[in-house]
Amino acid sequence: MARGINRDRAWTRRELLASFLAAPVVASACGRFGASAPSLPPGDLVGPSVEIGHRLRDGFRPEPAADAWIETGVVVAGGGCAGLAAAWRLLRAGVSEFQLLELESSPGGTARSGHSEVVGYPWGAHYIPAPLKDDRTLIALLDELGVIEGTDAQGNPLVGEQYLCRDPEERVYHQGRWYEGLYLRAGASAEDERQFDSFRQATRRWSAWRDARGRRAFAIPVATSSQDAEVTALDKISMASWMDAQGYSSPRLRWYVEYACRDDYGTHLEETSAWAGLFYFCARLGDGSDEAQPLVTWPEGNGHLVNHLYGAARAQTRLGMAVTDVRASSAGNRAMEVVAFDVNAGAPVGFRCDQVIFAAPRFLASRLIAGYRDNPPAYLADFEYGSWAVANLHLRDRPATRPFNFPLCWDNVLYDSPSLGYVVATHQTELDRGPTVFSYYYPLCDADAAAARTRMLAAGRDEWAEVALSDLEFAHPDIRSLTERIDVMRWGHAMIRPKPGFLWSSSRQLSSQPYGNIHFAHTDLSGVALFEEALYHGVRAAEEVLAARNIRTGSLVA
Amino acid sequence: MASVHHTDSTGADSGLAGPHPPDTPRVEAVPAFVHPTILFLNVLLIATCGLIYELLAGTLASYVLGDSVTQFSLIIGIYLSALGFGAWVSGFINTGLARRFIEVELAVALLGGFSAPILFLAFSRLTYFYAVLYPLVFVIGVLVGLEIPLLMRLLENRLRFKDIVSRVLTFDYLGSLAASILFPILLVPRLGLVRTSLLFGLVNAGVGLWGTWLLGPLIEGKVTGLRIRGVLLVLLLLVAFYKANALTSLAEDGLYADDIIYSKTTSYQRIVITKGRSGFQLFLNGNLQFASADEYRYHEALVHPAFAVRPDARRVLILGGGDGLALREVLGHSSVESVTLVDLDPDMTHLSDRFPPLAALNHASFSDPKVHVVNADAMAWLQGESEPYDVAIVDFPDPNSFALGKLYTTRFYAMLRSHLSPGAAVAVQCTSPLFARSSYWCIVRTIESAGFFVRPYQTAVPSFGVWGFALASTAPFERPSNAPAGLRFLNDATLAAMFDFGADMTPVDVEINRLDNQALVRYYESEWKRWE
Repeated sequence: MARGINRDRAWTRRELLASFLAAPVVASACGRFGASAPSLPPGDLVGPSVEIGHRLRDGFRPEPAADAWIETGVVVAGGGCAGLAAAWRLLRAGVSEFQLLELESSPGGTARSGHSEVVGYPWGAHYIPAPLKDDRTLIALLDELGVIEGTDAQGNPLVGEQYLCRDPEERVYHQGRWYEGLYLRAGASAEDERQFDSFRQATRRWSAWRDARGRRAFAIPVATSSQDAEVTALDKISMASWMDAQGYSSPRLRWYVEYACRDDYGTHLEETSAWAGLFYFCARLGDGSDEAQPLVTWPEGNGHLVNHLYGAARAQTRLGMAVTDVRASSAGNRAMEVVAFDVNAGAPVGFRCDQVIFAAPRFLASRLIAGYRDNPPAYLADFEYGSWAVANLHLRDRPATRPFNFPLCWDNVLYDSPSLGYVVATHQTELDRGPTVFSYYYPLCDADAAAARTRMLAAGRDEWAEVALSDLEFAHPDIRSLTERIDVMRWGHAMIRPKPGFLWSSSRQLSSQPYGNIHFAHTDLSGVALFEEALYHGVRAAEEVLAARNIRTGSLVA
Repeated sequence: MASVHHTDSTGADSGLAGPHPPDTPRVEAVPAFVHPTILFLNVLLIATCGLIYELLAGTLASYVLGDSVTQFSLIIGIYLSALGFGAWVSGFINTGLARRFIEVELAVALLGGFSAPILFLAFSRLTYFYAVLYPLVFVIGVLVGLEIPLLMRLLENRLRFKDIVSRVLTFDYLGSLAASILFPILLVPRLGLVRTSLLFGLVNAGVGLWGTWLLGPLIEGKVTGLRIRGVLLVLLLLVAFYKANALTSLAEDGLYADDIIYSKTTSYQRIVITKGRSGFQLFLNGNLQFASADEYRYHEALVHPAFAVRPDARRVLILGGGDGLALREVLGHSSVESVTLVDLDPDMTHLSDRFPPLAALNHASFSDPKVHVVNADAMAWLQGESEPYDVAIVDFPDPNSFALGKLYTTRFYAMLRSHLSPGAAVAVQCTSPLFARSSYWCIVRTIESAGFFVRPYQTAVPSFGVWGFALASTAPFERPSNAPAGLRFLNDATLAAMFDFGADMTPVDVEINRLDNQALVRYYESEWKRWE
C-alpha cells in the first residue's frame, strides 16, 4: 500500500528505505533483516535552529528595551563563511568596530565542523580545489594560513603537499566491488570510453577558452568569468539538454556528470544549468590542462578555514543572535538599526550602526529587511535552495577490506545510491588504522525544492541514521557493528540551486547591489554554493563598506 | 640419544615394579586367542609415539627459545625422569591393568597429540611458555612411562619373563629407531610439528581403542564407556588434524616454506616467525623482513655507510627497524651516545626484546641504556620536535600500501630533515633496484627532491636478491670508502663497490612520490606483480 510521508506517524523500515534509498538497497536490507529496523547506535540531531526561523516567518519581531541598544560601526548579519569573510576583510583593513551576529551556537554555516576524541570532521563543505591565479581572495586567505609555498611557472599558487588531498582520493562501489576513481572504468564499452574522452576534451577546450578581455569562460569566483553570450547562453539550457545535444548518452558518463551536480549543487542534470555543470569541471582545470586542480582539504573539511576566520573575529562575534529586523534608524546619529533576538537570554538586543552587511541567504531578506517586507523585489522569488542531510558515523574501526577491492579513500562513492557516499575524516592524518569518522552526505535532489525540504524534515535522527547505515551496509556489511555513534544534521536551505536561467539572469546580478546602507554577501549571489564564492562576496561587501567609510585599501576582488 | 631413555625406563620397570603384592585378586593376562606378536606391534607403536613427543617438545622448545643444546638437554632430562616416575607409579596399580592401560593410552593420545598445538598457543603468550612446556613434558613422560610396565605385566602369564623382557625391549627400541628416522626426514618436513603431533596422538588413540577389543575379556565392567571416549578422541584428533591450519593460523602454513614458530596479529600487522634449517625468518603481513642466515649483509649495508659519512655521530634515529638488528649495528659504533628507535608496533619491539632467538640475534640491543624506544607512527612522530640527530636509519617495510607509501614521500623526508643536525647522514632502505627499478629510483629521486644530496647503493642479500639503499646527507659528501673493522660482510672493497650499479639497474625516469600522488605505491605494485 503506497502512502505519502506523514510526519505524525512512525516510519516502517521498508517505507523509510523505499523513500530514501535505491531499490536494490531496499531489497537487500529488508531481505536481510526483515522489515523491522535493527538497533541503532546512539546520537543526536544537531542544529540548525529551525524553530526561530519558523517564528520569524510567522512575523516574530520583538522590540528591544531602550537600554538594550548597542552602538557600533558595522553589523554583519550572519556568521557563515560570507559573514566571517567580511569580518576578516574589515579586520585586515584595521576596522574592528563591528558586530557579527550569528544565530547558531557555532559559526561557519554549512562549513561547520565537529570533533571526536580522535579527529575533527566536517558537517558540510569539506574541500576547495587549489586556487588558480585569478582567485586572489582565496590565495590571500591560504597564504595567511601558510598553505601556499610558492607559485608555478604559470603564476598559479603551489599548495604544500600536506594540505592537498592525499592519494588515493576517490573510489566508487559498483556491483559488489570498489574501484579506483570516480568515473567507473570497469566494464566500460568502447563507446563509453569514447564519450568520456570526448567530454574531457570539451572541458579542456573550455578551460583554455578566453574572451576578448582575456577572461576564462568558467572561473572561480564566478564574478571573474566571461560574460560573453557564447558562454552565458549555456545557462539557458539544462546540463541534461546540453549532454543530449552533444550526443553524450553513455549511462556511466551521465552518472559521472550528474554525481558532480549532486555533489556541488544538490541537483539532477535536468535541474542544473549547463553553465553550472560545465563550471564544475572547467573552472578546476588550469589552462587547457588534463588534470583538475588538486583538492585542498583538512580532517574537519572547510571547518578549518572557518575556525581560522572565526579566530580573528572572536571578539566581535555574538553567537545565538537571531536577527529579526534590519531597518533605517529612527533615532541617533547612526543610519541603520539591527534588532536581534538573543536566543540564550530570551530577549531582543538592538544595534545602531552605519552600515549593515547582510550575510544571510537572500531568501531571508524579504523577512528581515524592513523595506523589503512591504515591497519585496521580484527577483527574490528566483532564489531556490536545496536540502541536505549529513550523518557523521563514529567508527571504532575501519570496515573490513576485501581482496581485489580498491582500498579506503578520502571520498567513497556508491554508484547505485542517491547519497553521495562518505568522506573519511582521518584520511589527511597519520591515523591509518583504528577509530575514524565517516561523513555521509545525502542531497535531496527532488525537482521541487520545497517538497524535498519537507521530505527531509519528515525523517528524524533515527530515520536518517538508519538510512545511512542501510545504504553503507550494502558496501560494508560490518558497518553497523563498527558504528558507535551517529549524529545527524539536516540542512533545510543548504545550497543555492543553479537552475537553468538563474546564473546569468538579471535577478542574480541585481541582487548583489547594495540596498541603501545594506550590503549583501552570500554564496547564493553567485548561484553556486562554494566556499570561494562566500569568501568573494564577503570580501566584496566589506570592501564596499570600507569605501563608504572612506578607508583606502587595496582591493582583493577588483 | 633416542635409544638411551627406554633402557632406563624399561630397566627401571623391571627393577621397580617388584614382586606382585600377595593379595593380587586374580591373574590378569592376555587371553590365549591374542597372539603376543600383536601386542609387540603395540609396543612398537607406543614406543614410536613416546619418542616423537619428546622430539617434538625438544624441537619446539629450541625453535622458540633458541639454544638447542640447553633445550634438548632439559627436555630429555625431564622426559626421562618422568618415564622413570611413571614406571614407579605403575607399581601401585594392582587391579584393572587392562583398563588402566587403555586409559593411559587415551590420556597420552590427548596430551601428546595436542602437545604441539598447546605449546604453540602457550608461546603466543610468551610469559606462560615455560610454565606450560616443562609440566606438559613431565606429564606426557609419566604417562608414557606407565605404558610399557603395564603391557609387560599383561604378558606376564603368557610368556616367560626372559622372553617378555627381550621381545618388549626389542620392539621398544625398534619404535625409537623408527621415530628418530621418521621425525627429521619425513614428519617435520612433510607434516610440520602440529600435524605430526596430532598424527601420533591418533596412533595412541588407535592403540587404546583397538585394545578395547584385544584386551576386552580382561577389562572389568563395561567397555562401552572406554570405546566412546576412544572414538570421541579419535574424532577430535581427526578434526584437529584436518583443521590444523586454524590451530597455528595455518592458512599460513602453505604460504611459508618453514614451520611457523610464532604468529600474532597485532593492532598493526601480522607477525610471523618461521624456523627452518638455515635459521629463522621474520615476516610482517606475509612479507619477509629478514632471514637470520643473511640479515647481517642487509643490516651492515644499511647502517655502516651512514657512519662512514658521520663517524662522529652521537645521536642516532632509527625509524622502523623494530627487529633491533639495525640497532645492533648502530650500537657497535663507540661514538653513539643515544639512539631513538621509532617503530609503530609495540608488539614488535617487545618481541625483539623478549623473544630469545631474536634477542640473541640483536645482541639484546633493547636492553642497552642508550636506547630509547618510541612506539608511534614515524610520520606522526616527526611532526613533533626533537634534538637534532647526526645519523638517521630509515628501515620501513616496502611501500606496498598507501599507509606505508606515505613514509617515502617528499613530505616525509622534508619532515625528517628538520630533525637532523647539519651534515647529518641518512640511510634509507629502498626495495630492490633490480626487481622494482622504477620504485627504487622513485625513492632516490624523492629524497633528492626533499633537498638531500643522495648517493644510491645496492648489495646482494640472498634472501631478498639484489637490494637497494640510499645514502643521503643535508650537505655534499664523498663516496664512503672506509668500513669499520671486524664486520662479517662489509670491508673497504665491498663498501666501495656497493655504489656501482649494473646496467640493468641504472636510473630510469620516474615521478616524485608525494602524498597527493603516491606514485611509488603504484610503481611498486606494478613491478612486483611481475615477479609473483
